[in-house]
Amino acid sequence: MRELTCQVAVVGAGPAGLAAAAAATERGADVLVLDENPAVGGQIWRAARGSHGPRRAVQRLRARAAAARFESGVTVVDAWAAPLGLHVVRGTMERDSTACVRAEALVLATGATERFLPFPGWTLPGVLGVGGLQALVKGGLDVRGKRVLVAGSGPLLLAVAASLVKTGAVVVAVLEQAPKRAVLRLGLGLVAWPGKLTQGAQLLTALRGVPLWHSAWVHAVEGEDRVRRVRTKVDGHERTFDVDFVACGFGLVPATQLGELLGCARNGANQGDGLRVDDDLSTSTPRVFAAGEATGIGGVDAALAEGELAGLAAARAALGPPPDGARANADVRALARGRAAVARHRRFAARLERVYALRAELRTLAQDDTLVCRCEDVPLGALRPFDDAREAKLATRCGMGPCQARVCGAALQFILGWEREKPRPPLVPIPFAALAEAGAGEPSART
Amino acid sequence: MREAQGGVVLSIDGEAVSVPRGTNLAALLVGRASGATRTSVRGEPRAPLCGMGICFECRVTVDGIPHVRACMTLCRAGMHVTTPGAQGGRANA
Repeated sequence: MRELTCQVAVVGAGPAGLAAAAAATERGADVLVLDENPAVGGQIWRAARGSHGPRRAVQRLRARAAAARFESGVTVVDAWAAPLGLHVVRGTMERDSTACVRAEALVLATGATERFLPFPGWTLPGVLGVGGLQALVKGGLDVRGKRVLVAGSGPLLLAVAASLVKTGAVVVAVLEQAPKRAVLRLGLGLVAWPGKLTQGAQLLTALRGVPLWHSAWVHAVEGEDRVRRVRTKVDGHERTFDVDFVACGFGLVPATQLGELLGCARNGANQGDGLRVDDDLSTSTPRVFAAGEATGIGGVDAALAEGELAGLAAARAALGPPPDGARANADVRALARGRAAVARHRRFAARLERVYALRAELRTLAQDDTLVCRCEDVPLGALRPFDDAREAKLATRCGMGPCQARVCGAALQFILGWEREKPRPPLVPIPFAALAEAGAGEPSART
Repeated sequence: MREAQGGVVLSIDGEAVSVPRGTNLAALLVGRASGATRTSVRGEPRAPLCGMGICFECRVTVDGIPHVRACMTLCRAGMHVTTPGAQGGRANA
């Protein structure tokens, strides 16, 4: 197996990962960035070629990280804490090359995944996540003239609806489960954040003529071979729409799996569910730092601020403090600036989380015959007799398929209050040959 | 067969399709008539959900390699893609 060595390895090339790579490179570290997607930018800056702002942002960070090495299209499938090591595979599930990455320090910028809640019909073709539909449209899916309902919760709904309208789709309505009062109050609070206020105003302008309803959600989707109609509750009233696509996602869940494999502690579900970090974004595992959505959902500005700080802190962990006085002072000042920026963004994130908290009614969307585990086709009714995810998995195979509970885990956490199971390697299914190549005798921090 | 400028031609279940360079394979498959990419354990048609490599609903066979996530794959010239859903067979479970 190929061995790649570096001083700082960054996992994820979204805003947090790119900022970490830039900061660590500028601080003099030899940096290796690993990303699963075909191109850098992460989900929010996906296919940045299309729009100017994101493209410039990616270019600026890439220029600062010009000396860093980038590996795109590679997936981390296992990790060890002492000594730090990652097992990476190029193109999962393909018979392809694997490599072992050795680093002095690690920055986890693994981002987030959408939270999906099951409802009758949610497995029909044409029902996607909000970010999911957005990703495919950026990937070339033509939605001109298509009727789309956007539903779920969070600021992503308006952003995606606006971009769908711009692409030529007919957005029949946007349904936000949070009450209007809470969202309006958040809007007023944006006076302290002029940038976000401007963004919000631009979105509302782009969505002129599109019904935006609060305290509203999808409760069933109908169609034989694919989605045709969607049944919704709007402030207690039933409304039905004919649609071509339903984009539905209930906020984001921090992608903590890799951190958990490395033994990093997680915050509780009531504290955002992300990897627990200290003021310098160090996780509970030595030399492992985390930045961006993986530490708790905060948005792109928080991710950038955290990436800068985590990159600096990781470089310091790998290289030690600068040798001469002037540079040592500059380093300490940069760290202090980074901490202040991160704290400010975290306050905003905490407010977002309160506003978009999921309402209890959503726990009853899934019926007993609604599939919860899409990999193994396990309905909710089959899970009710069990007390936790592990027991249910052994008896029903729920969460045992290729997605490794990335979809059903967060849903069951919300619906039944089940703690998400700790991930196991490999993090995604890989061919047996690649697994064997990971090699016996790797030191493991897992217990 | 659709034509596109600066495109690449690939085969989807034996049909030649031309798409612009840089097109995501899952985006191409979702835009086709059925939109289905696989058949589930119980025999239901399934299609991409997350679009970003998490849900594995878009796994298809690419150049003979099974279980490739279409959403993490860009269309390449000469690529042969088969979707068990479109063939009506129960596979790829």
